[in-house]
Amino acid sequence: MYPVSELIKNLADQHGRNRHNLLPILQGVVEQEKYLSEYSMIEIARELDLPASEVFGTATFYSFLEYKKMGKYIIRICKTITCSMKGKNQILLAIEDMLKINVGETTPDGVFSLLQTNCLGFCHKAPAMLVNNEVYTDLTPEKVREILNSYLKKQKEGGSHDN
Amino acid sequence: MTISYQLKRADFIFKNQNDWEDVLSKSINRTPQDLINELISSELKGRGGAGFPTGLKWKLTAEITDSTKYVICNADEGEPGTFKDREILSMVPFKVLTGMAVCGHVIGAKEGYIYLRGEYFFLLPELNKVIREFEYYCKEIKFDFTIRIFMGSGAYICGEETALFESMEGKRGEPRNKPPFPSNYGYMGKPTVINNVETLAHTYTIFKYGAKRFYDLGVQYSRGSKLFSVSGDTPKPGIYELELGMSLADFVEEFGDGDTKAVQVGGASGFLVPRKRFNETAIGFQGKLVGISLPTGGSMMLFNSSRSMFNVLDNYLEFFREESCGQCTPCRVGCQQLLKGIKAVKRGEKNTKYLDKLLRLTETMKLTAKCGLGQSVANSFSSIVENFREEMIY
Repeated sequence: MYPVSELIKNLADQHGRNRHNLLPILQGVVEQEKYLSEYSMIEIARELDLPASEVFGTATFYSFLEYKKMGKYIIRICKTITCSMKGKNQILLAIEDMLKINVGETTPDGVFSLLQTNCLGFCHKAPAMLVNNEVYTDLTPEKVREILNSYLKKQKEGGSHDN
Repeated sequence: MTISYQLKRADFIFKNQNDWEDVLSKSINRTPQDLINELISSELKGRGGAGFPTGLKWKLTAEITDSTKYVICNADEGEPGTFKDREILSMVPFKVLTGMAVCGHVIGAKEGYIYLRGEYFFLLPELNKVIREFEYYCKEIKFDFTIRIFMGSGAYICGEETALFESMEGKRGEPRNKPPFPSNYGYMGKPTVINNVETLAHTYTIFKYGAKRFYDLGVQYSRGSKLFSVSGDTPKPGIYELELGMSLADFVEEFGDGDTKAVQVGGASGFLVPRKRFNETAIGFQGKLVGISLPTGGSMMLFNSSRSMFNVLDNYLEFFREESCGQCTPCRVGCQQLLKGIKAVKRGEKNTKYLDKLLRLTETMKLTAKCGLGQSVANSFSSIVENFREEMIY
């Protein structure tokens, strides 16, 4: 883990400092930090010699580039038609009940954030969700509790292995 | 009017890719003109949904003189109900890479990109490995072509080709005005061929077996086979390769659960076909003489009689409202008003004639929205409201 300003510099070295390198840099910051703080965006703007407003405007366009502080594991439940028909709401209720948070919120310990997202492309195995970059399909309330428990266990063991 | 075309299974896309080195080296020893002719005579049309003739696309880009050109594989598979491109990229990636490289040879491009949607991030390690192997072989045969992956970040609109270029250029994914078309002015303002994953995989079949093998499948104007992503109320959801031109009735016979009320063809931006029209609807591209022919990116969502069409439309409109890039007013405001409107009718706050006003609004959006997203909201909206009006009200 680098401090964010150093991370941004490294990413710019790696990808380049042109406008068309902006997205990979934003994604690199989100990969580590889980979100783009105002500070990060201003730093990226400085590094790429762009107006900060352009960086903000671009970053906020993309739903996977969060600009509010997020938990270590971001849960994204697919809410598009097939998942919605196949019991997405029960999955959502099970998670809300287990983590005691609503959609759009983060647990007080900063471990989980719960979001809904549009079609993940697993309609044939609905309902589906992402936890960071990991896909889980054919969900049931029991299954989703097991999955989240495995993350909690990982977290308790002090594992810093992200996915 | 009944269509007699039957459902026929095909098996090309997922057939082995082990001979890719052979297909690539043989193809790049042919002249660009020869390859273009092969593609044109196969009558392959784009498999992303819009159905532009692939051979013509390559030809137009090849004819432009420029030292820098690009080949882009559109893997921003975001249409609700579509999941075939991911399967292609994980099962037969070499076919797609070969298609890209041959396209590079045809149009004179040395760089290719795969724009992969953020949701498919987990494909990245394996795909990068495959690309390294591919590039190694290209070097070996002294063919100058590189492929890079560009990750998306969760924006449906970036599947629109010009929005995709904007996104790759580090900007908001807002579609450009057309013309100019990508063949003249694409990524970085350079002539660009952008093809769907499946289209590129089909070019592999065509270069390997010849155009005739492909042309012999399907029906007039809709040649070849196509992958269908089947989901919803079906006992066998999944991905199936079928010849184009089948009737929807045959499709439902095969994939329905015996109680199919309607099928959404082409995802949220496509059309909803009610049961009474299954017989007269064919799946293929426009221009056939019998019945109604619906183009599709391959999304087939089945609904049985337990489903409320109001809920379906409500879900689509929320999708469009969120995914509209917000750049042009008809789409940005239109999607919001349509969603608000059907809810108001449902609650009885607006009378039922208001639905006709909303239908007129979708007509306006069709005429005035800048890109395919705003223009195609009318497809699902009108096909649902016109066929299931009572469900919108009661």
